[in-house]
Amino acid sequence: MTEWTRYEAVIGVECHVELKTRSKMFCACANEFGGEPNTKVCPVCLALPGSLPVANAEAIRHMIRAGLAFGASIPEFSKFDRKNYFYPDMPKDYQISQYDMPLTLGGTVHYWLEDGTLKECKLTRIHLEEDTGKSMHGGGGDGRIAGSSFSLIDFNRAGVPLMECVSEPDLRSAQEAVGYLEALKRTFVQLGVSDVKMEEGSLRCDANVSIRPAGSTELGTKTEIKNMNSFRSVLRAVESEIKRQTAILESGGRIVQETRGWDEGQGETHSMRSKEEAHDYRYFPDPDLVPIEIDAALIDELKRTIPVLPPERFAKYREYGMDAKQATQLVDNSPLATYFDATVAAGADPQASMNFVLGDLSRLANETGTAVNESAVTPAALAELVLLVEGKTINSKIAKELLERMWAGEGSPKAIVEKESLAQTSDTGEIENLIGAVLAANEKAVTDYKAGKTNILGFLTGAVMKASRGKANPALVNELLRKRLE
Amino acid sequence: MNELVKRSAAGIARDVRARRVSAREVTEAVLARVDEVDGRLGCYLTRLHDLAREQARRVDERVAVGEVLPLAGVPVAVKDNMCLTGTRTTAASKILENWIAPYTATAVQRMLDAGAVPIGKSNLDEFAMGSSCENSALGVTRNPYDLKRVPGGSSGGSAAAVAAFEAAIGLGSDTGGSIREPGAFCNVVGFKPTYGRVSRYGLIAFASSLDQIGPLTRTVEDAALAYDVMAGHDPMDSTSIDRPVEPAASSLREDLKGLRIGIVKEFVTAKLGPEIDALYKRAYEELAGLGAELVEVSLPTADYGLATYYLIAPAECSSNLARFDGVRYGLRVDGADVGQMYERTRAAGFGPEVKRRILIGTYALSSGYYDAYYVKAQKARTMFAQDFRKAFERCDLIAAPAASSPAFEFNSKSDPYSMYMMDYYTIPMSLAGLPALSVPCGYAGTPALPMGLQLAAPLFEESKLLGAAHAYERATAYAAKGALAV
Amino acid sequence: MASEKIDVRYVAKLARIALTQDEVERFGAQLHDLLAHVNVLSELETSAVPATAQVVESTNVERADETGPCLDRETVLAMAPQREGAFFRVPKIIAEP
Repeated sequence: MTEWTRYEAVIGVECHVELKTRSKMFCACANEFGGEPNTKVCPVCLALPGSLPVANAEAIRHMIRAGLAFGASIPEFSKFDRKNYFYPDMPKDYQISQYDMPLTLGGTVHYWLEDGTLKECKLTRIHLEEDTGKSMHGGGGDGRIAGSSFSLIDFNRAGVPLMECVSEPDLRSAQEAVGYLEALKRTFVQLGVSDVKMEEGSLRCDANVSIRPAGSTELGTKTEIKNMNSFRSVLRAVESEIKRQTAILESGGRIVQETRGWDEGQGETHSMRSKEEAHDYRYFPDPDLVPIEIDAALIDELKRTIPVLPPERFAKYREYGMDAKQATQLVDNSPLATYFDATVAAGADPQASMNFVLGDLSRLANETGTAVNESAVTPAALAELVLLVEGKTINSKIAKELLERMWAGEGSPKAIVEKESLAQTSDTGEIENLIGAVLAANEKAVTDYKAGKTNILGFLTGAVMKASRGKANPALVNELLRKRLE
Repeated sequence: MNELVKRSAAGIARDVRARRVSAREVTEAVLARVDEVDGRLGCYLTRLHDLAREQARRVDERVAVGEVLPLAGVPVAVKDNMCLTGTRTTAASKILENWIAPYTATAVQRMLDAGAVPIGKSNLDEFAMGSSCENSALGVTRNPYDLKRVPGGSSGGSAAAVAAFEAAIGLGSDTGGSIREPGAFCNVVGFKPTYGRVSRYGLIAFASSLDQIGPLTRTVEDAALAYDVMAGHDPMDSTSIDRPVEPAASSLREDLKGLRIGIVKEFVTAKLGPEIDALYKRAYEELAGLGAELVEVSLPTADYGLATYYLIAPAECSSNLARFDGVRYGLRVDGADVGQMYERTRAAGFGPEVKRRILIGTYALSSGYYDAYYVKAQKARTMFAQDFRKAFERCDLIAAPAASSPAFEFNSKSDPYSMYMMDYYTIPMSLAGLPALSVPCGYAGTPALPMGLQLAAPLFEESKLLGAAHAYERATAYAAKGALAV
Repeated sequence: MASEKIDVRYVAKLARIALTQDEVERFGAQLHDLLAHVNVLSELETSAVPATAQVVESTNVERADETGPCLDRETVLAMAPQREGAFFRVPKIIAEP
């Protein structure tokens, strides 16, 4: 038995996602990434004496929408609490967060793996809080805390609205953890509640990892993995941690409950300095903020703003016959997926539409720098084109040409076809005439064919098609040619 | 002494508006008075001569162009826990000794907009924690009626300044009695509005759920005037009440006919000694003499007020004062690492009373004690509100002592609890968020020192409260019978 | 309610205040006395009483998601006990939160 089958991993993920709003969570400073240090600060987010927080309504709406997207329950009452601890980039030395009455409870994240396998992971909760400023560690230590001799602080990020998503320990592999995170990211982007730019730190996550003998229902001792700053590092870090824990158990050792940092360079987790004292956050309801009541009317209103979400789309695309990679590609390009859905909704065959959308249209978009959904080809026009091919009014070659002309703004495919008589012809008499002319002009080819070089048929078909200026039904041409030559 | 300094705020504003006197003349008279007596009294931590003259000039200009300013030229003492742009704002703490506020508290701004002239930043117990001003780390304030005695606290500087004609209005803040008790000690009116009536934005927080700004004045009419200017919703304070303010200045009355005034049976004044007992009994009779019907009401929780208050207020303060950490502003005492810097800074920056309250509050919120202390106290607080609601079914206002004794001598309350007992009669109203005031009601002790009668009203009934206090003040005129020591 | 001796050193550590031995003893005794006073609360029957959230009941106070002016950076950094360029500077941080 290999180590991988003897043990099963149990993984839960906590991730922090910055919300996309114009202003910060509790003040009117801009919520924007970067900028000159300490320029997006005011008495509130700098925690000057006497300043007070006022909650950003949009952030609360974002939270409820995020919860609804995962089928979470939205409690009627919610409140803000203070989480008390000292840290230099946290101006008030407490964080306004939510302790026992978060804005959303429960819910399920549906996700899929690279091979298309559908999975799900339960959410414990999503709560709203505020981000800290940013510390840079100087004087040795290569920018890390360990070895540094001082730190420099920029408070621009302090007070940016942040949601913390806590999963149940439902994940069983590093791949599942990444699949789960990708699903969160897709959903938040789709909802417009966050840009989820990991490179800007707008999604940060920690993972709780433990292993247990396969088949066991008891939980092993877990470790908390920090410092993973990309999905790739989540994959590597969790895999590495599972291996490390497995090796310890294999050799008869014991897992120590601790926080471990992921070292991207060395490709392993290392124990982080244990805290001087146990955490005692002294949570209590923030007296500067009033409770939040959420009524059914608001929930109904927000429900109506929830678009088609990634898992639903993915499943549908798979039903259309897309492979997992194609379906993922389309799901991950939300405007394109919306475009595709509209094309299908206009009556076009999904498979044929997909070929256009992922093929020629995506190519044209790349070549011209115009997004498909912003091009002159509307979903309705594309559907028209697909239906013209489907109804055998035009063939696929003409369709390709037409698409280029539609892209260039020449109008609807039907109109072009009618104006220029591009409709495919299946008129046997007309095609017979063309065949007669082609065969007369290519006597040698006819001789060769009759001598057994049957592959010359393709050449002759091409010649007939050319003579018809592409309008002849190629299948019919082929059939009639064959009859004539035999 | 220029007689101008003795004028009421209402009188000054009326005359400045009518251009019978200029704001400049009033301001110069008051500044001269400050120069004359404040060396002995120590009301102000910072004198704002330049700013006062500048503001007086602006007021005169505005009056000249016909602006109607309710507080035109009225000299005001600003308690030094309220921010005023460009001025040193210390909370009477070493930790903020040299901090210059970059913004102005909403209440202060409203006073300035209404034409008030800031004379100085007045002394207080450090972070408003105390009942005598003895906890100020930056100065000693003496009672203008007896320099050997305290002015009360925490708004002692404002109370003494108003009593000694160094201002017509003193801004105070009241958490458990910090306006009413110094008002009583200094023979002036001290008025705490309903919690949330006056914005706390820019008031350096002590206990967020209790803190409330209010005026100290020589007449009830002036208190009403200042209240009308400061009260009203502020979008910068989430706990500021968003409902119309009934103007109080126009509700002042001359008798108490038709009013039922409740006397709390648990407040047994006999415990305060025969002289004080007699004084309060006389005060109640005076109320009856003005037409009020006296009714006995019960406050079964009365004896639990101190315990409730001394859990809630320290718990909130332990969190509110975390931000004084030596990182962004204020005092820093260096250390080998940031943790040591915090500990040294806070050890050096806070005085003993502040430390005591931070420690007790930290303890009350800490793991394992939160439910037994903080939650229990918040439940007791609900009972206070319920008890008052019940009492107010039987009466319109409640009358009670404002303090247990007249002003005491410096250093006479050696153990913390005996000092805390000073707030026995004011704390219940604070816990319930009620509007309450103290109005001079005679003299007690040897030498004879001012005493205050406390009146309290249901939430939002400021007009009724001030109206009744005005009738009492007009009928008794006790304040005029005292003799200042300066 | 708890009646055991209050661990002043632990509490002071949480509150980030350095105490001298003398203060540990003095505050320890004072806090102990004060806790004895507040323990009278245990006499109150509160099992059916909700805890006060806001003394003047109020819910859903929110601001529209709009930006407003920030403080001038020089004003901000002029307050700093120690600055370096455009940053606040602090002594070395021992551990992440």
